[in-house]
Order: sequence, then structure tokens, then C-alpha cells
Amino acid sequence: MASQRDIRRRIGAVRNIKQITRAMQFVAASKLKRAQDATLASRPYRDMVDEVIADLAAVLDAETHPLLARREAGTRLFVVITTDRGLCGPLNTNTVRFALKEILDHEGPVRVVTVGRKGRDALRRARVPLEAHFAGFGDRPAFADVTPLTRLVTDDFLAATYARIDLVYPTFVSTLVQRPVLEQVLPILPAADTDGIPGNQFIFEPNPATVLRQLLPRYVATRVYQAVLETTASEMSSKMVAMKNATENAEELIEDLTLSYNKVRQANITREMIEIASGAQVR
Amino acid sequence: MPIRLEIVTPEKRAYSDDVDAVILPGSEGELGILPHHAPLLSMLGAGELRVRKGATEESFAIVGGFVQVRPDRVVVMAETADLAAEIDLEKAQEARREAERALEAGFVESADLAQARAALQAALARLRVAERRHREGPHRRG
Repeated sequence: MASQRDIRRRIGAVRNIKQITRAMQFVAASKLKRAQDATLASRPYRDMVDEVIADLAAVLDAETHPLLARREAGTRLFVVITTDRGLCGPLNTNTVRFALKEILDHEGPVRVVTVGRKGRDALRRARVPLEAHFAGFGDRPAFADVTPLTRLVTDDFLAATYARIDLVYPTFVSTLVQRPVLEQVLPILPAADTDGIPGNQFIFEPNPATVLRQLLPRYVATRVYQAVLETTASEMSSKMVAMKNATENAEELIEDLTLSYNKVRQANITREMIEIASGAQVR
Repeated sequence: MPIRLEIVTPEKRAYSDDVDAVILPGSEGELGILPHHAPLLSMLGAGELRVRKGATEESFAIVGGFVQVRPDRVVVMAETADLAAEIDLEKAQEARREAERALEAGFVESADLAQARAALQAALARLRVAERRHREGPHRRG
């Protein structure tokens, strides 16, 4: 059985850990608020751009703009977005596992670009060929921050390096639920047009080519930006929950340790009493 | 019959309501949109967007992006959209001075130059909208 001093030392250690996890929990909670607001606030923009593209579906074909070009065969690119820092529960593991399944299931040449250190490390261990890596975009990604990633994706698609490009990232569903998803960004796939107005009835100002030349790259940038925002919000909520659990576990552990500490202390006292008593008897 | 107006930017949903008329800065000049307008997809310049609803008029400084018009709905997807009343005049002036300085310094790189020019336009649009509002006070019609 551990000695009284050992147990006391362990209680101290667990208490220190608890302080750290509790601090991390509160930091994540405050960052979560901001990340969540940013994610929810930018969703309407993405949805509107989606709707506009869907409305135009009728006039969108490969001849209108190269970002719509569908290629039958060729390399597929996966952009896997994870976090830079760990200690955020099963978030990165789930995302990477989901990405790996998609990557391995695909027959044919595959390339991967990672965002966030955790995903890069995990995929490298799985011996997936990495094409490029971006460090995470921090706790408050701005629209301009993701431009390099958007540009890489767009340029490589235009250069016909890839036939299809997908984003894999954890969507923020709620504080408790984050779900990894696969989303095709290129070639642009207009959603089914639900509205009664065919795209060719729209008046374009200044003209269709100019509008599409601006609108379609914008659509790609919006997708990428939203994915990064979703990842940030997921990271913060997953981290907050993980740290809350860790703090509670530490509390439980402290309780258990205190109990066994008291037992050992009691046993020691009893033993000493017996020793004294028997010593007195002998005399 | 009112028309639905949605103003969204990558950062936020700036406006969402039924209105009577919208006047916005298209890339080819001002556009006035009333209900039952023909379907239209236009690029936006930097300038003032005015919303008329009943007897009140609200005004936004918007920069860049697109507008999609359908008979019953107007969707403005701008880079930025600021309610006139919320524009900080001093900050806008500061942004303008900074953009002008950058332009005078004359960057060689075209990307920087284009960026500075866009920043200047944005600052000017914001200033125009804010100044008009300060002159006239909250707008009331009729």
C-alpha cells in the first residue's frame, strides 16, 4: 500500500492538473462564443451565394467558365482541415478517420492538402502523400486569411492538375456535436434550381461573362472560408467539453485519493496505538 | 406589395426585412428596385444603399459584391455593409488618409495598388454616407 506521503503528493499533482484543465475550459468557453458567432453570422452569406448559383444553373456549363469544367478522369484533391493544437477531444481523430476512409476508398490518383498541424501529423503517419500544408488560421480567421488556400485550390484546378477538389472539415452542429463532412468545391456544382426563374432570364450587368468571372471565384472563397470558420467553432466547443470532463475527472480522483489517504492515516494511527499498548503490557 | 430585402456580408447578416423600395450602387450606375422588377444579377460598386420602408428611409454604406433581384426578393451580397448611423466618422477619415498615403507612396506591385485603391473607395463611400446622414439627421419622409 502506498505511504501517506505518496498519496499526499499524488493529490497535489492531480489538483495542479485540475487547475490547468479548468483554466483551459474557461479560455475555450470565451473563445467559443466568438467563434460560434462568426460561424453562424457568415452562414447566411454562403447560403445566399449558393442560391444565386443554383438560380443560374441553366446558364452554367463548362463553356461559360473554366471553374465549372467537369473532368472524367484525373487526380482528386482532398483539403483536410483540422486544428493546430490538440486537447480538443476526439475532434481531430474523427475528422482524420473520416478523411482517410474517403481517401482510401477512392480508386485512382489522390493528393492531399492539410490545414492544421494535427491533421498533417496524423495523415503523415498514415503514409498519405501530402501535397502542401497550411498552418491553422488562428482563433479569429478573417476572410483575407484564407486567400492563399483559395488561390492554391483555384489555380491548381484551372491548371487541370486536379479533376475534382473536396474539403473535409468538422461542421459545427452544436456545442456537443461536431460532424466531419466532405464537400465538393470544384468543379462548382450548382444545386438544383428550386425557383421558377431560369438562369437565362436574368439580366446581367455589366454582362454575364464579367459577373460570372467575379461570382464563381467568390463562391469558392466563401466555401473555403466557411469551412475554416466551422472548424474553429468545432475546435473551441470540443475543447471546452473535453476540458470540462477532465476537470470533473480530476475532482473525482481527488475525492478517491483523499479517501484512501484517510484510510492509510487511520491504519497508521491504529497500528501505533497497538504498538504502544503492547509495549506497556510487556513492561 | 412589399419586397423582401436581404443584405449579407461574409461577416454578418446586415439587414433582413420587407421594404417598399431599394436604391443601390450598381457597377454601371444607381439602380432603383421596386417590387416586380425583372430578374437581374449585377455587380455592385462602392456607395450608398438606401432602403425605403413606409415613411422611413435607412441608409447603408456598401462596398463591392453582387446583387440578385427577383420579382419578390432582393439579395445584396456585399463585401461590407455598414448602417449609416453606425459609421464612425473619425475612423472612416483615418482609413481614407491611410489609403491616400498608400496610393501616394506608389507601390509597384499591382496587387497592393489595387488593394489601396479599393480601400480608398470603401473609405470614401463610408464617409459620403455618414456625412450625408450627419447633415440631414435621421431621414423622415412624408
